[in-house]
Amino acid sequence: MSERSGTRTRGRMSFGARLLRDYPVLLLAVPGMVIILAFQYYPLYGNVIAFQDFQPYLGIGKSLWNGVENFAVIVNGDPEFLNAVKNTLILTLIQTVIVFPAPIVVAITLHTLLSNRLRQLVQSILYLPHFMSWVIVVAIFQQVLGGTGMINNWLRSHGMDPVHIIGNAEAFRALLTSQVMWKDTGWATILFLAVLSQIDRSLYEASAVDGSSRWQQIRYVTLPGLKPIIILLLILKLGDSLSVGFEQIILQQPAVGTGASEVLDTYVYNNGILGGAWGVSAAVGLVKGIIGLALVLAANKIAHRLGEEGIYRG
Amino acid sequence: MTTLTPTKPPTTPTAAPTKPGRHAVIDGMPRPGMPERVVKGIFLTVISALVVLPFISVISTSLATPEEVTRAGGFVMFPKHGIDLSAYRSIFAGGTVTRALLVSGFVTVVGTAISIVLTCTLGWALSRRGTLGNKALLMLVLVSLLFNPGLIPTYLVVQQLGLLDSLWSVIVPTCVSAFNVIVVRSFFAGLPAEILDAARVDGASEWRMFRHIGLPLSKAVVAVIGLFYGVGYWNSFFNALLYLNDAGKWPLQLVLRTYVVNGVELGGQDLGLGAESVPPQTTIQMAILMISVVPILCVYPFIQRHFAKGVLTGAVKG
Repeated sequence: MSERSGTRTRGRMSFGARLLRDYPVLLLAVPGMVIILAFQYYPLYGNVIAFQDFQPYLGIGKSLWNGVENFAVIVNGDPEFLNAVKNTLILTLIQTVIVFPAPIVVAITLHTLLSNRLRQLVQSILYLPHFMSWVIVVAIFQQVLGGTGMINNWLRSHGMDPVHIIGNAEAFRALLTSQVMWKDTGWATILFLAVLSQIDRSLYEASAVDGSSRWQQIRYVTLPGLKPIIILLLILKLGDSLSVGFEQIILQQPAVGTGASEVLDTYVYNNGILGGAWGVSAAVGLVKGIIGLALVLAANKIAHRLGEEGIYRG
Repeated sequence: MTTLTPTKPPTTPTAAPTKPGRHAVIDGMPRPGMPERVVKGIFLTVISALVVLPFISVISTSLATPEEVTRAGGFVMFPKHGIDLSAYRSIFAGGTVTRALLVSGFVTVVGTAISIVLTCTLGWALSRRGTLGNKALLMLVLVSLLFNPGLIPTYLVVQQLGLLDSLWSVIVPTCVSAFNVIVVRSFFAGLPAEILDAARVDGASEWRMFRHIGLPLSKAVVAVIGLFYGVGYWNSFFNALLYLNDAGKWPLQLVLRTYVVNGVELGGQDLGLGAESVPPQTTIQMAILMISVVPILCVYPFIQRHFAKGVLTGAVKG
């Protein structure tokens, strides 16, 4: 055992002696650790119901085991399950292609503003929606885009036909996308702005000496400067690609039906907790969780390969 | 004031000609030409308006007189016929919405207090490097960031603990965020070791060091995570939907969902109004929306002053 240069360890001490010395620190850790163990680690054990014909009144102990029967929906490709997978992947793709680049454009615009005060004002406005709950965001969108909402009232009063957006299954993906962008585009600029402010100024100076225009500077200095953070965020997104818009969709599902709106998370909620198919839903949740974890670990590995910090060092 | 962009050093002489008294924001970048400035101005105005206008119309509708709302077909942009507070009076009359407001208030205040205490104590303990089990505990907290135990297993645990239909179910399961613990820990770990050594020599107990040295020196970071926890509790919707079946215990967000998003009509009885006339539904809905937004707007300036720092500390050291 090598001696650490920590503030407390002095030489080799027995477990008992260390306990006697450190118990006040451990006592401080207990309440928070209990919560993390109880609601983050202990529930992992509940995943065994994926292999059970779980009945809530019997509990985990008395419910009958049924092997891998619950995984049949996944293996045989139950249409509802496949629909949920399809919707999840499409939404993830949309969010990567359309939602993700938006804050980069806004951040570059803000960064190249001349007036600091104007920049701060716009930032204050754009960050605000991030702090609104999904319920509020959805309610606001209904007020603006709904049948009697702001836009349709205006269209009617000018003799035009109202547009059918809220509750329209075909427009649902566009609606979800615009809500996500409204809520989080501003907030997402924070990281990009932080990185932009750290780009070495001499690069701009050098390129100006070489006679490059502002556009060329953005193309050849700014964007390459953002590349590491863009790669890192995309990789993190990969790890999260099976969880998309849960609260947002749950709120609006009644209006459009499950065909257009069911994603994996809502599938688990609707079939398990509302529908009583506990075992099957837990099986889907378990597989989703394992794939999600694998994606996070893989994403982190890729990040290291590319020479980035990643989420953790390991 | 955001703390994002560090104040830039005085403009160094650059190749780009800058007129005296004006400076380029990015040294070395030529000043933008007129067309670019116009385009950027329009772009930023439009996206800011997209954020601001919906809020204004919500406020306006909630304050408009019933006649005006009816005439406008349910939606008012700028009330021209004076202000009418009847919608607010009716939701504060002691019915469903008033009760939900009290529930949300309770959950937010109590939840935030519990979260701050547990997060800071755990963060402090984890910052004491070299103590017994320190590395293992830190590992447990860090690893928990990587996975989500799953909706159904978590529900079963809450059920097992007898928390279903109790307000504690929307506080306890989410009261410690591992991410915030790590943020607080890295702050505590950055405090100068000499202060703590001196305190220990003087015979200060662990609790005293935490309470009288650690916390006072970390007021800013504690305030930030407190604000984030508070906003989280105030906004929490899904846990309440999941765990609270009794509509009498619903927080504001669930009331908002039922009566505003799903459009269930609020009668005089729900509002506790008795025989009085009920204002138009749209007005009531917008008033409910307003009272769920206003608390956030009130704390927003305080969050805004700090969040960039908090978020970045977490992102960098988490």
